[in-house]
Amino acid sequence: MAHEGHNAPLSDTALRVKALESLLVEKGLVDPRALDAIIDAYETKIGPHNGARVVARAWVDPEYKRRLLRDATAAIAELGYTGVQGEDMVVVENTPEIHNMVVCTLCSCYPWPTLGLPPNWYKSAPYRSRAVSDPRGVLREFGVSLPEDVQVRVWDSNAELRYLVLPMRPEGTEGMSEEQLASLVTRDSMIGTGLAKTPEKRAA
Amino acid sequence: MNGIHDLGGMHGMGPIAPEPNEPVFHEEWERRMFGLFITIFAGGHFNVDEFRHAIERMDPADYLESPYYEHWLHSAETLLIEKGVLSRKELEERKARLAREAS
Repeated sequence: MAHEGHNAPLSDTALRVKALESLLVEKGLVDPRALDAIIDAYETKIGPHNGARVVARAWVDPEYKRRLLRDATAAIAELGYTGVQGEDMVVVENTPEIHNMVVCTLCSCYPWPTLGLPPNWYKSAPYRSRAVSDPRGVLREFGVSLPEDVQVRVWDSNAELRYLVLPMRPEGTEGMSEEQLASLVTRDSMIGTGLAKTPEKRAA
Repeated sequence: MNGIHDLGGMHGMGPIAPEPNEPVFHEEWERRMFGLFITIFAGGHFNVDEFRHAIERMDPADYLESPYYEHWLHSAETLLIEKGVLSRKELEERKARLAREAS
């Protein structure tokens, strides 16, 4: 995994990380192979495609949706998504009247088992500062403009509780399979900074 | 604690600028830092509240200017030193040796 070539000098930060890893391996506190396996899991297995399956199931199965809105942690675990930073989940439902959006103003809390690791903008000062004071302005930056009569609710995550948005099922998706529906569910639609894709956009 | 991390409602932080098709990690050191954090966290060397508190104790200017996973690095170094798992001197010496080997 040597992405830095021999001719590229390591940054001070990269050297600090290398020094830390090297010392912890030497002290027997870290197994480099375990580290590789963890990194691989978060790069290839754990990501928004997991959350998309949860959303698609809720769209096709009203009983599942009821369970999801009542006890999200248990309903998400039914599909096999459990673990670090998903221990206590709350799912908030978008409706024609209410749009939900999630932020972590204090840091970077995010539901890892369903969405993977957060994108940089989610952890950045601009998003964290403005999501709570100007959510409609933030949504416009993401290309989402909501009618004025739609209420916007912003949920501030914390270390104990993580939120996932259940986006609205797009029009014209009757008869689509659960798998096809999952492909319409974007990461941003589950953070609330986007909407689910329409079938035309998916084909494009 | 009302520190620099408490960003909700603050003005003047600029546009959000999401990156299209953003990779999970941008640099190799971010990838290693993430794996290191999970491993030492699982090893019970600190809990999540201690980890966040150590980030919140960062110098405010450094906090705003440094990339996200550098916050994790700062916190891991701080806590492992405070708990006596390793020392600042060990880290500095190892870093200097690795820099010599890399050049």
